[in-house]
Amino acid sequence: MGDINVVELVIVVVLFLVVAVMGFAAARWRRAQSLMHLDEWGLGGRSFGSWITWFLLGGDLYTAYTFVAVPALMFGAGAAGFFAVPYTVVIYPLVFLVVIRLWSVSHVRGFVTPADFVRSRFDSPTMALLVAITGIVATMPYIALQLVGISAVLKSIGFSGSGFAGELPLIIAFLVLALYTYSSGLRAPALIAFVKDALIYLTIIVAVIVIPSKLGGWGEIFGAAEAKFSANGGPGVILPATGQLGYATLALGSALALFLYPHSITGVLAASNRDVLKRNMSALPVYSLALGLIALLGFMAISAGTKPIGTDGNTIVPELFQQMFPSWFAGIAFAAIAIGALVPAAIMSIAAANLFTRNIYKEYLKKDATSEQEAKVAKVTSLVVKLGAVAAILFLNPQFSIDLQLIGGVIILQTLPSVALGLYTRWLHRGALVAGWVAGMVAGLWMVYEIPKLNPDGTVARAHFGGSSFALSKLGFDTKVAVYAGLLALLVNLVVAILVTAVLRAMKVDDGVDGTADTDYTAEREDPTVRDLPDPLSSAPPGLDKEVRTRG
Amino acid sequence: MATASTPPSRPVTDDVAPRRSDRSPWNWLLLVPIVVPLIVPIYNSVDPKLGGWPLFYWLQLVFVGLGVVTTVLVYRMTRRPAAEREAAARAVTRDMER
Repeated sequence: MGDINVVELVIVVVLFLVVAVMGFAAARWRRAQSLMHLDEWGLGGRSFGSWITWFLLGGDLYTAYTFVAVPALMFGAGAAGFFAVPYTVVIYPLVFLVVIRLWSVSHVRGFVTPADFVRSRFDSPTMALLVAITGIVATMPYIALQLVGISAVLKSIGFSGSGFAGELPLIIAFLVLALYTYSSGLRAPALIAFVKDALIYLTIIVAVIVIPSKLGGWGEIFGAAEAKFSANGGPGVILPATGQLGYATLALGSALALFLYPHSITGVLAASNRDVLKRNMSALPVYSLALGLIALLGFMAISAGTKPIGTDGNTIVPELFQQMFPSWFAGIAFAAIAIGALVPAAIMSIAAANLFTRNIYKEYLKKDATSEQEAKVAKVTSLVVKLGAVAAILFLNPQFSIDLQLIGGVIILQTLPSVALGLYTRWLHRGALVAGWVAGMVAGLWMVYEIPKLNPDGTVARAHFGGSSFALSKLGFDTKVAVYAGLLALLVNLVVAILVTAVLRAMKVDDGVDGTADTDYTAEREDPTVRDLPDPLSSAPPGLDKEVRTRG
Repeated sequence: MATASTPPSRPVTDDVAPRRSDRSPWNWLLLVPIVVPLIVPIYNSVDPKLGGWPLFYWLQLVFVGLGVVTTVLVYRMTRRPAAEREAAARAVTRDMER
């Protein structure tokens, strides 16, 4: 091990312990009477108001990895890395009307996962299974990536050792996380999100005031980036003409994908009513503003001449803080990143566990599971998921998780026709949805397989899985323009789904029974049909099982 | 001005949700902050600079404000009457106390 900065280490450890205590105490917060119930444990009792939802969704959507990787991308690739800003601007107006429909129908019918909805809406266990598997596969590497954020911080503090001793702090951090999500469910990340955000905003405000003044102003910072990216005839701090379509499609595709991730949906369903969600669609962009400023840390690092540790580009932000701040404040900033990793990791593992429990375990493995058994399986699964993430980081190259996460965005988009369009129409046939999903997956995976990773000098560093922007020249177009692979794959998915629907409808193939009613999608909190804590086991019609609830 | 919900004329029974609609002409406004940030040529330029920031960066951060203003506007214009919102809030408290 190298020289460990003791001041930074002590501050990070103390803040981490504070958060861990809060995590365990969260079980008692907001009076959870029976945590041994899946809805109680996995959705926090579904009674989060505007503020908690804002912190929870903010902590959930803007992950530690984003805060580390986006500036790293700006540092390495320039303007293209700023796509995170339009991405997080278009997303809220895009889903403004969609999430409230999802909230309503879920609260009337007792859906906890997107797969629950698809199963009931399209009467298709097969499509539900595909949605569940897609969600789990897309989420797993995302959890592993949160560890990449923590490990970048640990490297900067001085834990440079390799092997078990070097990774020990990471293992301890995740074990603590695993234990308190096990005991407190969604309440733990909701409570910790307050601390995380306070630290993150403090760090950003200080960073955008202190660092530019030390570097001689914003003009200097953009000047240094301009010099770096216009060398060898580059486009400087704006996009090259051929990069514009790729930038816009990546922003749009990422925006469409974000609310399809099971952890986003878990956060949405935990809101107490539709107004809470609508207000949050206006309030969440505050994080986007923060993200834009964080992205520019990458340019500040260029101007300051910061060098990443070894070949790990993700250490650029911690190294910049190390260089610019006194140890005690660098410690606070590092704690912000490390704690920032815990919130999304906790929600993601809960969401993955819900998917497994409800849509695989209960549907296929043990149909007569009681709600206690369900809750137990969900808890154990969330532990397994987190241990899997630690194992992936320890035993596999972290690059593998980064590649998988890239693919995750492409594959989660393939659930859009059933999950998002399904909230509006049942016209797409259940068989066609499956066909579209298969076509979209094949097309998407083929495209990302075909994308090479290029070195800065234009030579090929790796032949496959090198990114997500697919060159249209591969399809025979005479152009240098590239497009986000996920969006193209979604297009294939939709075309196939529409064509197959037309055929199946013409052949009059049975399309099952809709388990939802039109009025479900606009149900408000005060309606008699809306349930706070639906019993996942209850086969009674909605609204009739209030007496048999296990809660209080 | 169309609002998000119209009180049903028929009596509300115990197990049926009233028929409502999320439709409103105001919703079309949401298209503005979706479409504008995706038209790259409007902001893919260095000049005019603002406080040392190239257009590319400051204008995209301005779009964050555009998103906030439109979603707030749509929310307020399609908001349910205060009495209905209070009923929703009461339902939350009721469920928490149960």
